[in-house]
Amino acid sequence: MNPELVVFVIFAIAALAGAVTLVAARNPVYSAMGLLLTMFSIAVFYVLNDAHFVAAVQIIIYAGAVMTLFLFVIMLIGVDKEESRKEEIPFQRPLVAVLAFGLILLVVLAGNTAWVVFDNGGTPVGTIENISDALFGTWMLPFQATILLLTIAAVGSISLARYEGPRLAREPVEGAAEVAAAPAEGGDE
Amino acid sequence: MIVTVGWYMTLAAVLFVIGGAGLLLRRNALVMFMSIELMLNSVNLTFVAAGRSLGNLDGQLATLFVMVVAAAEVTVGLAIIVMVFRKRATASVDELSGMRG
Repeated sequence: MNPELVVFVIFAIAALAGAVTLVAARNPVYSAMGLLLTMFSIAVFYVLNDAHFVAAVQIIIYAGAVMTLFLFVIMLIGVDKEESRKEEIPFQRPLVAVLAFGLILLVVLAGNTAWVVFDNGGTPVGTIENISDALFGTWMLPFQATILLLTIAAVGSISLARYEGPRLAREPVEGAAEVAAAPAEGGDE
Repeated sequence: MIVTVGWYMTLAAVLFVIGGAGLLLRRNALVMFMSIELMLNSVNLTFVAAGRSLGNLDGQLATLFVMVVAAAEVTVGLAIIVMVFRKRATASVDELSGMRG
């Protein structure tokens, strides 16, 4: 029996179980744990596909940094709120089912007709050396664009964290905060 | 039985659909956000599997860039969610109708 098949089946089940847990769990912490399981499984699939560096980055960035950030925010705001399961838009659930079925059908159809499977002999393995050769050669300009993107994201999140609501005047005068906050507070109740 | 690239792509499609269903069905902004992350991850898996099948590294490089963009998106998105929670004391998207959406 092919060892790749065994690993694939085990971690495919794990990935699907994690994804279903993410969608179905009532507690957001369980959702985060399900997503964590799926991300580890996808890292295993990366290793199976010779993408070793990407697998390491997946573990470090997604399972390490991003999920920690998610868990931090969940612990901060989201745990003790019971989520309403009542559907406000009447046709949404059937629409979800139809769209999901349609997308899977489309993928299977495209996979059976349009996708050309090439011989993967001589695949360059995704080691750090090969990845860096490509990243700092062909992909140098997109790489530098991501530097700009990350800087903008850091500045944006810091300014969002320090934002304290709309202000009318530069100097906070008496009662200006209430006036400025009124449209934002009472606009939709 | 050999695991071909189609198996990975089918699995990625199923994960993408589950993530999309979570995005459409759930009300908690954090869970919706995590569903988006799941969809991004499944697309990454498709990239890597396609790159292996085509025999070059471009799929893995695309995956790296998607990861960077997703990390930036998570930072800003979580900052927005925390700020909305500070103003409204809720993480449910149903109650956020200030823009008449």
